[in-house]
Amino acid sequence: MSVDLSQFIPSFLEESFEGLELMESSLLNLEQGDDETINSIFRAAHSIKGGAGTFGFEKVTEFTHLVETLLDEMRDGRREIQQNDVELLLQSVDCMRLLIEGIRDEVECEDIKIDETSNLLAITLSNNSDASSIVEDNHGDQTSIENENENENEKSKWHIEFIPEHHLVQTGNDPLLLFSALTEFGELEVVANTKDLPSLTDIHSEELYLTWQLTLISSSVTEEDIREVFEWVEDECLLNIKQEKISENLPDQIVDNQNVSPSIQTKDNGNKSLECDLEVDVHSNNTSPVKTASQQNNDKPTVKAKPDVGSIRVGVDKVDSLINLVGELVITQSMLSELGNNFDLSKTERLTSGLEQLLQNTKELQESVMRIRMLPISFAFNRFPRLIHDMSLRTGKEIELILKGEQTELDKTVMEQIGDPLIHLVRNAADHGIESADIRVANGKPEKGTIILDAYHQGGNIVIEIIDDGGGIDRQAVFNKALEKGIIDENTTLSDSQIFDLIFEPGFSTAVEVSDISGRGVGMDVVKKNIQSLGGRIQVESQPNKGSTFKVYLPLTLAILDGQLVKVGTETYIIPLITIVESLQAKPELINRVSGDMILYRLREDNVPVIPICNLFNIEAECHEVENALLVVVEADGQKVGLMVDDLLAQQQVVIKSLKDNYQQVDGISGATILGDGSVAMILDVVGMIDMAMNNTDQIQLRRINKNNILEGVTL
Amino acid sequence: MEIEQEYLTFILDDEEFGVDILCVQEIRVWSSVTELPNKPDYIKGVINLRGIIIPIIDLRERFGAQPLKYNEQTVTIILKSQNEDNPMVVGIVVDAVSEVYKFDTASIKKHPEFGHKIDRCFIQGLASIEEKLIILLDSKALLNQEELYSA
Repeated sequence: MSVDLSQFIPSFLEESFEGLELMESSLLNLEQGDDETINSIFRAAHSIKGGAGTFGFEKVTEFTHLVETLLDEMRDGRREIQQNDVELLLQSVDCMRLLIEGIRDEVECEDIKIDETSNLLAITLSNNSDASSIVEDNHGDQTSIENENENENEKSKWHIEFIPEHHLVQTGNDPLLLFSALTEFGELEVVANTKDLPSLTDIHSEELYLTWQLTLISSSVTEEDIREVFEWVEDECLLNIKQEKISENLPDQIVDNQNVSPSIQTKDNGNKSLECDLEVDVHSNNTSPVKTASQQNNDKPTVKAKPDVGSIRVGVDKVDSLINLVGELVITQSMLSELGNNFDLSKTERLTSGLEQLLQNTKELQESVMRIRMLPISFAFNRFPRLIHDMSLRTGKEIELILKGEQTELDKTVMEQIGDPLIHLVRNAADHGIESADIRVANGKPEKGTIILDAYHQGGNIVIEIIDDGGGIDRQAVFNKALEKGIIDENTTLSDSQIFDLIFEPGFSTAVEVSDISGRGVGMDVVKKNIQSLGGRIQVESQPNKGSTFKVYLPLTLAILDGQLVKVGTETYIIPLITIVESLQAKPELINRVSGDMILYRLREDNVPVIPICNLFNIEAECHEVENALLVVVEADGQKVGLMVDDLLAQQQVVIKSLKDNYQQVDGISGATILGDGSVAMILDVVGMIDMAMNNTDQIQLRRINKNNILEGVTL
Repeated sequence: MEIEQEYLTFILDDEEFGVDILCVQEIRVWSSVTELPNKPDYIKGVINLRGIIIPIIDLRERFGAQPLKYNEQTVTIILKSQNEDNPMVVGIVVDAVSEVYKFDTASIKKHPEFGHKIDRCFIQGLASIEEKLIILLDSKALLNQEELYSA
């Protein structure tokens, strides 16, 4: 029977990325004598190697084997855990990620870094080969037989996998005799694999349930010799024989395609149900890190060959609650349809209660479905320890990273898109924010800088704070730079927050020296743009010599939006509630007309330009006069405008649908939604509308200038 | 070898047009649409088709003919592209639907290089049946956002 293995490749990739992530974070926390951590790193590497072997990804197998060997030496205490080894391992993790990404994108991964790292690994390993002769084999899985347990170079090592059929003993063959025959060739190591052993009640006394992994070390034996030993049982077993030269560090892998999957190797003790529980637990914590992992390498110009459709791993509890809810929904539905079969007025009360139940069910169902898309923010956060680790190495600053609120849940799409802006902000904090140690000491601060990442819910938003205890933003430097760039003029007086907002202007950097980490002035504007495109905003607070705080406000989800329904003419539009400052009826005495078409409305200290939606969109409307019209004052990009509408309708949550799927982007419209009556309503894009209005007035002014010129020409 | 292809034909400004029937998702009566701001006249707006937002295009106006007042015969043909990489659904408003014909591909003639107001890229060829001439539209061009919305 042949199984099409390629269908399992996506899950292999997903598991591998997960494993790499685990390796990385564990390596960063690795301390001397921490057996548990090193074991988990080893297991992750081993699973990747096993999986890669199954699918025949030899490069990954080869490379991972080296990593595994090094880890194994650490695990057995044959090698001290040294900082440069950890660095090497971290580098190896990067290489493995490159290799696996190569598999995902179906490109050959030819990176010089990989060769370099594998050479380094080989050198490190050979330095320690004397120590590696002590073998301590207490693990019943395949890993043990791959230990380098010899340092006599001429000898060959044979890996024999012996999987007899259950009825082998009934034909008079005894595995023990076979093994003792093998010992005549050299040193034999036997590991029995008991994973196929059924429970006691199911055991048939005359059946054989064991399989064996044998390692034979011998200088003279050939494959024929070994095969000869097994000659009598050849037809009743699966035999896999592989040779390994000990003198080289040739990678090897015993793989039986029908038997080995990455997960089996880690579970050889404990019963089956326990394993299931464990897995479920792991899944609910490690929901789809594929994306996070792939984003980590964003600075490398790899061409993604395939669009990433992405997948989500969902905890079983979430799925169960969904199934429950659907069950209830079905019950309600059948109750209602039965009620409808012979309905009369006496049953109205039951109908009302039935509908109420339906409403409740739908609401809960909606919430549950949304919850599936929610992931703990640790997926965005867990790349930062590595980032900070690398940055402290490069900049020579000692930086401590504190993560808080990692369990705060956030929509998957938001999470994916917030990754890069966050990286940028953290890099900035480490590079510009935290001062070098001597300056810190001189300023009476602890030598070690601290960066805190915090996430929490606030209202319908999630807030991510990036706090550093560095030097803060230099007000004067920002001001001077803005002056130099011509963004502001000399006489402008600006509040602190206005000054700090200047750093989000394109091409703005106050770093005196441009480093390879940051300071080129590309970035903060992109950061702001990215956050805004997610419907969020960013705020800066900073105190000289105390540090800066960047606060990123994000909507919990991109799929649903709180909206205010407004009517203009016959059309219904939706204004995102988050942008609305207030709604009011325009008082005639507060209206100012400037330069003809521009209408300003005085709102306390502000003069707010009025945009009549009907003019902007060229549609019919009931009211064309600003006097006494309804204005919805919205704010976007720090700019307030009053949108003139005919009527204010309800406020409700709407599901956002894209117009781009079947059509194209429409100016001033961010999307569409379907209202209760089945009709489509447009969701207004406030920023886009302001841009449109600005362009319109520009054009009108241009036309007027042209007209004036012509008139002047006439009079002259 | 003869390859037969089925076409759904419809009337537009007294002429009969055909589209590949595999691209036709469904035929609907005209229903009111939600307008899109600042868009060319031939884009009537969007409708909600079972949760998907679909733009509706008046093919008369798109092809440069005078618009007709919509009546109970006016139908919207929902077209869906066969290309999986570029899924696109669009509704076209036509005067009336007519027939379903089978043509073998060999009998489809090339259309003359001149003398038609319709953008030439939308025409696949001409076919005659029962003394009638039917203009076959190229569904690939019709279901290509760049071509369709370029005017």
